[in-house]
Order: sequence, then structure tokens, then C-alpha cells
Amino acid sequence: MELVYGHPKSLKPIQTKYCPGCGHGVIHRLITEVIDEMGMQEKSIILNPVGCSIWASLYFDFDSVQVPHGRTPAGATAVKRMLPDHLVICYQGDGDLAAIGTAEAVHAANRGEKFTTIFVNNAIYGMTGGQMAPTTLVGQKATTAPYGRDPIENGMGYPIRVLEMLATLGGTKYLARGAVNNAVNVRKTKQYIRKAFEAQMRGEGSSMVEILSQCPTNWAMEPADSVGWVESAMIPFYALGEIKNELADVAGKEAGK
Amino acid sequence: MAAEKRLMKGNEAMGEAAVRAGCDAYFGYPITPQNELTAYMAKHMIDHKRVFIQAESEVSAINMVYGAAATGARSMTSSSSPGVSLKQEGISYACGADVPMVVINVARSGPGLGGISPAQGDYFQSTRGGGHGDYHHIVLAPKSVQEAADLTFEAFDLADEWRMPAMILADGMIGQMMEGVVLPEPKDPATRVAKPWAVGNKGKRAELNHVDSTQLVPENFEKALHARYARYDEIKRTVARWEEQHLEDADVILSAYGTSARVCLGAMQMARKLGLKVGLLRPITLWPFPEKRFGELAGKRFLVVEMSMGQMVEDVRLYTHGKSEVSFYGRCGGMIPTEEDVLAEIRRILKK
Ligand SMILES: Cc1ncc(C[n+]2csc(CCOP(=O)(O)OP(=O)(O)O)c2C)c(N)n1
Ligand code: SF4
Ligand SMILES: [Mg+2]
Repeated sequence: MELVYGHPKSLKPIQTKYCPGCGHGVIHRLITEVIDEMGMQEKSIILNPVGCSIWASLYFDFDSVQVPHGRTPAGATAVKRMLPDHLVICYQGDGDLAAIGTAEAVHAANRGEKFTTIFVNNAIYGMTGGQMAPTTLVGQKATTAPYGRDPIENGMGYPIRVLEMLATLGGTKYLARGAVNNAVNVRKTKQYIRKAFEAQMRGEGSSMVEILSQCPTNWAMEPADSVGWVESAMIPFYALGEIKNELADVAGKEAGK
Repeated sequence: MAAEKRLMKGNEAMGEAAVRAGCDAYFGYPITPQNELTAYMAKHMIDHKRVFIQAESEVSAINMVYGAAATGARSMTSSSSPGVSLKQEGISYACGADVPMVVINVARSGPGLGGISPAQGDYFQSTRGGGHGDYHHIVLAPKSVQEAADLTFEAFDLADEWRMPAMILADGMIGQMMEGVVLPEPKDPATRVAKPWAVGNKGKRAELNHVDSTQLVPENFEKALHARYARYDEIKRTVARWEEQHLEDADVILSAYGTSARVCLGAMQMARKLGLKVGLLRPITLWPFPEKRFGELAGKRFLVVEMSMGQMVEDVRLYTHGKSEVSFYGRCGGMIPTEEDVLAEIRRILKK
């Protein structure tokens, strides 16, 4: 009998500590499915961030390095430079990447560092209990934006579209945004991850997959409502798709041979 | 064949010593008075096909050092005081995750942006654990270009052996001055300490490797810290190093490190010519501090000389257990004491 669906080998068969409905677990699964398909388990290293996914190293069945909050791309830069034949994954939340670690993220991307960032955008600081993130939508409530994010009057600024910002940099080769709120988006997101990982192993420039992710706990929603909110509130602002794709056209080249 | 003596700036000698120690990766950010060191590494690391990155900040640089070191590479950064302040978060994480690395501080005057002249105001930051939490790391203080090269070379071995950062605490004088130096022979990579804990190249290794400082279970964390401090005790017993001269008959012992120790050496020689019984005790390792040697000399009179408002003097008082009269003479803000200044202080103390 053919096994058509099983637990990824690179993901440990244990219950995660994530809340019910959290996007992190789905994203972990997608990453490990791709790693298994590429046969890269023994040569994968994850840089796990400070955020809810600080637990990542408990679940991924490969080596990990944990760095200070926001410094994930600096650590990933050096790990990949030392081990260029490894698949290096820089896993970051929105606070980690777009607030405290903006400098590291922008400069690693600009240098064209050849690791892949998995950027989990849940529009909130999950781990610390629901503070406003750089990606929090206008009007969205947070413990530190009790009346909703207000860009002008209370000077809270506008949500940052990270990929569109990074797209202007010469070092970035592949920037795609997916979501994990329904099966179609999950499947597309997996394809983006696969493209990014393959580009990394071909030694192309910097790659990042942003994933819109549910945080029902800090959005104060039922899990079922939170997937709807991704659709109705997040996707209209954070457009899904490949924001930048300057990858070598491997398939095209092979067809033309 | 005797090794060749070369005339080099301290910054360049430290760079060359790092290259010869087998530094695999260097990460830096410009700051005076250590810029020649970063420039030296830019050229020589690239020539040797090793990794060099001019990072976007010291914060990023230290985390690159951490990442490279996590893979088992010999990894280093250099900076000067304000930049080393920014590295403290990374150093705390490295100590928490037992990651070896070499950090060079070519110190300048502070606080704040301060000045670019030599100073020794970073003693507390270096020896007390300048970041958060319970930790220490090795701190080595060279007094000459030769010693700067030798200690940098050795720092890589010490860091690897003890799994912690090893810091060179130099100052702008050591970094900028030119002296003759005989460089160490390149380290044979086969003699490096094995790093079975490093990430990558898992192959048939049964366990996963996680380079990580997180520990959310207090009982476990307490145990881990006790284990680390037991290692610190071992380091105190075996790594502490100092230079001493004329202690037997000394009526006053000068104590200083780095550049100010060099000034004290001159002052001691002048004093001896005048028939004054002056000795010198120069810590070479600031952490571990040569506390045992100071304890043995408790009761003797000390004059501590620093290019600061007085920081190491607190350790001299601590480790002479209140039995010694300890005086202090300091210059700060980038001023350097002269031999005459120190001699005058000796005469004032001895009333001669
Ligand atoms: C230097 C520092 N500042 C603040 C914190 C506290 N902190 C931990 S996680 C976090 C925010 C995480 O949010 P995000 O990156 O969006 O990840 P999420 O938990 O939402 O997945 C903060 C501020 C810290 N650990 N270190
Ligand atoms: S707080 Fe939010 S991001 Fe964190 S585990 Fe819970 S749902 Fe996930
Ligand atoms: Mg978040």
C-alpha cells in the first residue's frame, strides 16, 4: 500500500505548546514536509527566534541555534557562510524581524545572504501577550494600542509591508507572501517555501517567505474566526503572491535544452 | 631559524595573530582606535579565503560571531568601548550558551561617546559581565604589541578549551603604537579542541545539537549555573596569570595592567635607582583575577595605577582582604599617567 499522507520525518511526533488555532504549527509542518521532500534533514539548521516559536527547536528534528531577539538574520548569515552546503532557515516573528531586528533583516537581505527567512506575520507580539507589532493593522487593538492602532494622532505609525520594502534591494531574489488560513493558501505557501529552499541550495540570493498567521489568543478570537480575519482584514492589506521573483528559470532552461 | 621580528602597529599585530591562530570568520564595524584591525582582517581574511563581513552594527557583528562559532568555527570581532557596550547582549548570550569566541576591545575614554584617546574605564564592564545575568568570561590585558599578539593567539585556544568568550582588553595606546613583534607560528588545525556540540554536519551523530541559552525551568537553570560556576572555579585555579617584579623587599607594590602597567614599570625602575623599595604586580588575566597572589601579599602596601577613576583598585582591596593599605592614582578622560607622576605618588606614600 502506498503511504499518501504521513507525519514529516523532520518534525518530531510530539504535541506542540502552541495555542489551538495558532499558525506556527502549520508552518512548522510545511517547512518539514519540504525538507523531507528535498532529503535535507541531516543538513538543515534552524535559527529560532525570540517569540512564541522559541520552542521551534523542540519540534524540528535537526540542529538549531538560538540568538537574541531580532538578531536571527545576523546569526543565520554566519551559519550559512560557514556551512554553505546546509539548508539554513531563519525563522522570525514580526516583532523580531520588523521592529527590534529591522537593521539585521534589511542588511542580510541586501548582502544577498543565501539563507531563507520564514517570516511569520501574525500582526501582534504573541509571546509577550498581545502588544502592537510593526505589522499590526490600522485600527487593530493591542494591549499597547487599546483604542486600536492609530497612525497619526497617537503616533503609532503604519503597518510595514516588509516584502515590498525589501523588494527594492539588489540582494533579494525571491520574496513571496502566503497564508495558512485555508487549504488553498496552505498549499500555495508550501510551494513558495519549496521554491525558496531550492533557490537557497542553488546558491541564489536572499529569499524570504512571509506567512500571514493566526494568533487567536491575542486577537481574542475563536480559531474559526481568526482564519476569517486573515481573509477579511490581513490579505487586503498584505497581498498574497510572489512579490519578487528573480530566480534563475531552472524549469525554463531545462525545457529549452 | 629564529622567527623574524617585524615592526607592526598593535592593531595589525592582533589581526595577524588571529589569522595565524586560525580565525575562520571575522565580523566588525568601524570605530576608532581599532580601525586598522578591521581593515587588516578585511584584506587578510579575504586573501586566505576565510569569512570577513563588515556588519551593519556591533550588535549584528557579535551575533554573527555567535552564529559562526555555533558551527564550531574560530570566530572573532573587535571594537572599541562604545561598540563593546553594544556587544554586551551578544556576549551574555554566548556565555549562556557556552559559545567560544574572541572579542578585542581597543578601549577609549568614556562614558558616552567620550573621546578616542586610550583609557581603562572598561574594567568593570569586562570583568563583571557587562551584560545581564550571572556570568564571567576570560579577560586578557596586554602591555605591549608583542603581548597583544601573543594573547590574541592564545585567546582562541582558551576560548575553545573553556567554551566561553575570551576578551582582549587593550587600549588605544596598545592598538596604535608600533613595536617590534615576533609573531607566533600558525596554529596547526589538527591541534584544535574538538567541538562535538557544534551545529551542522549531523551525519550519523545520534543527538541533535542546539546552541541555546534558554532555560525556563528554574530548578534546571539553577543546576546549569552551578555547573558553569564550577568550571569558573577551575579557570580561577588554572588560568590566572600575572607578572611580578621585586616583591620580596617591596615597601610599596605598584599594581596596574596594560598601558598603565608599562608606565609603572618605568616608575619602579626610577624609584629603585633612588633606593626606594618598589615592586610591581601586573595582572595579565583580569578575569580570572590573580586573587590568590594578591591574598598572599595581603598586608603589603599597594599603589594601584589606572587610566580611570579607579576600577581594578576595588579588586585589589577585595583580594587583600582589608589587610593592606591600598592607594590609588588615576588619570582619566584619555590622559595617560607619566612615570614621573607615578614616582611622585610613590614618594608621597613613602614620605621619601
Ligand atoms: C531584547 C529583548 N526585548 C524584549 C524581549 C521580550 N519579547 C519576547 S518575544 C517578543 C515579541 C515577539 O513577537 P513576534 O516576533 O511577533 O513573535 P510571535 O510571538 O508573535 O510569534 C518580545 C518583545 C526579549 N526577549 N528580548
Ligand atoms: S500566543 Fe498566538 S502566536 Fe503564540 S502560540 Fe498562541 S496563538 Fe500562537
Ligand atoms: Mg508576531
